[in-house]
Amino acid sequence: MSARLLEVRGLTVRFPLRRAGLLATRHWLTAVDGVDLEVAAGQSVGIVGESGCGKSTLARAILALLRPAAGSVAWRGTLVRPGDAPALRRMRREAQVVFQDPVGSLDPRMTVGESVAEALVALAGPQPRAARDSRVAATLQEVGLDPALAARYPHELSGGQCQRAAIARAIVARPALLVCDEAVSALDVSVQAQIVNLLSELRERHGLALLFISHNLAVVRHLCDEVVVLYLGRVVERASREALFAAPRHPYTRALLEAVPEPDPEAWSGDRAAGFVQGEAAPLPDPAAAAGCAYAARCRFADQRCRSEVPVLESEGDGHLIACHHWRALPPPCGFPGPAGRPASENNGLPPAVTGR
Amino acid sequence: MGGPLLEIRNLDVAFATPRGTVRAVREVSLELRRGECLALVGESGSGKSQLFLGSFGLLAASGFARGTVRFDGRELLGPDPAPLREVLGTRVAMVAQDPMNALTPHLTIARQLSEVVLERGVLDAEAAKKRSLEVLRSVRMPDPEARLRQYPHELSGGQRQRAAIAMALMTQPDLLVADEPTTALDVTVQAQVLEVLREARDRGLALVLITHDLGVVAGIADRVAVMYGGRIVESAPVRELFAGPAHPYTAALLASVPRLDAALTRRLAGIEGQPPRPGVEAPGCAFAPRCPATTEQCRVAQPGLRAAGERRVACHTPLVRLGEPS
Repeated sequence: MSARLLEVRGLTVRFPLRRAGLLATRHWLTAVDGVDLEVAAGQSVGIVGESGCGKSTLARAILALLRPAAGSVAWRGTLVRPGDAPALRRMRREAQVVFQDPVGSLDPRMTVGESVAEALVALAGPQPRAARDSRVAATLQEVGLDPALAARYPHELSGGQCQRAAIARAIVARPALLVCDEAVSALDVSVQAQIVNLLSELRERHGLALLFISHNLAVVRHLCDEVVVLYLGRVVERASREALFAAPRHPYTRALLEAVPEPDPEAWSGDRAAGFVQGEAAPLPDPAAAAGCAYAARCRFADQRCRSEVPVLESEGDGHLIACHHWRALPPPCGFPGPAGRPASENNGLPPAVTGR
Repeated sequence: MGGPLLEIRNLDVAFATPRGTVRAVREVSLELRRGECLALVGESGSGKSQLFLGSFGLLAASGFARGTVRFDGRELLGPDPAPLREVLGTRVAMVAQDPMNALTPHLTIARQLSEVVLERGVLDAEAAKKRSLEVLRSVRMPDPEARLRQYPHELSGGQRQRAAIAMALMTQPDLLVADEPTTALDVTVQAQVLEVLREARDRGLALVLITHDLGVVAGIADRVAVMYGGRIVESAPVRELFAGPAHPYTAALLASVPRLDAALTRRLAGIEGQPPRPGVEAPGCAFAPRCPATTEQCRVAQPGLRAAGERRVACHTPLVRLGEPS
């Protein structure tokens, strides 16, 4: 068992909603609701869900960029409390983040080399100039950038090059964990593949752990050992990659997997579209959200119990957790895209519509 | 009646910049039949959006388009601006990527929908109201009567994109050009919006879908045109293209997409190198510096489009057998 880096317990983040009037009750929107999460050294954990499900808010709360309403974050076994500057510094030195917008996450007035050097000095302390420069050049090389680009400004680089520079900035002080918040979402597929490969290489070479937040399930399947599915701030399913993609249990996870358009016209024949989930994830203000399963409004299996009682995470064994009242009684999700190793030809990637049939 | 609905011949789009002329689209020719869905695929900067903005006179002030664009037999880029003015916004409609910017924030959905037909005198107020409700139903907007009274900010992202598509359908166009219509949406909502577009096509609407998402293409298109460096490098019926790409770029693009149904590999294929920088002119094939099958000829001579059945490919070293240059 490798060392546990990050341990998140019951993390909850609330945002105040505008009051109808001065004396009206203040309502809150619970963006992240009691999330538990662990990341071990070298492990790669994916967080998936639709926009507005709290993926990014969760990442920000974990990195103490937001103050949570409840819950705790521990780094290497030590609680990191908001305001505890030394603990925060220790975690920041080792837990770095890469955001979605590659150009926006670099200072436009700094050259790429200066940006990377700045991160190195901030995290590892002042360095002799020669050591600093060679470390910056080596890091740029490591992320696949020509060290000559160190003298360039972000606007002179392509989106993919900027994202490589942002990754260089994040890894220059040798972190143990890299949080990637939709880090490949804004990139073209050919560049996205390069960056995904780069992240795999960094994992292999340095044992870097990843907390990979994405709405792209195929990328998460490629990169992550464990997957957490969020729906409106709550964890609805958590499982190993193999279990989640071969045998998704929660109706939401199934709906999410069904909706992924596979680049294969044959997979689209028939009435595949008939099974698509309808509606959208609409966050509910308290206390409406507190009563029942957040997914009940869109779920085709929902009944009275789902609307009145919040489902808790239940274990299926092997660490596969599901928060659904009915997961045991659902029709088996056979025929879903196969787990690692299963030949693609066995099923044309055509998941059957999950209906009551 | 028998001819194609849209016919583009040798279209060039270029922009005047302080550093000289930048060519965004080069010698592009394509045809679209009634009721057909063409997907135009390419990475950012490949010229896929500019191709259609140029065809319909919607370029930025520094841009200019040269070539022939015929809609239903009438030249749109000629000296006479009347044909373009007549068809644009009535028989040809467009949907942009960002559903928020496509809608005016301070007007109700009802007002925005009816404005489209009232301004052009297509319908009177009463008929416009009726049509608004019809199109909202046809895009499967939940509770359409209530939506009509609402403002864009009161709608969700998916609902806004449905409203934007509804707006484009108000004049019952023959052609809808949708530029990345689902890129800003979640997968579950994307699936719903694609279903709406597929239904519209089944009712006889010709559809151009500009996208970089090959999964979306597979789900809706009849034919696919792949752009690279401002040129169409391959076009083919959708099944043919996905079953066996002929251009190395198409093959590399398909291999770059991580899939849920494929066996896991250690690395994704990806494409090494960077796409061509706009404004940099080089002889030969634009993909040559990144292509695994480059020959000396690729670096010096621009490959012409060659045909194999319904497929057209511009490559000196194609992955399938082709006929003579057409």
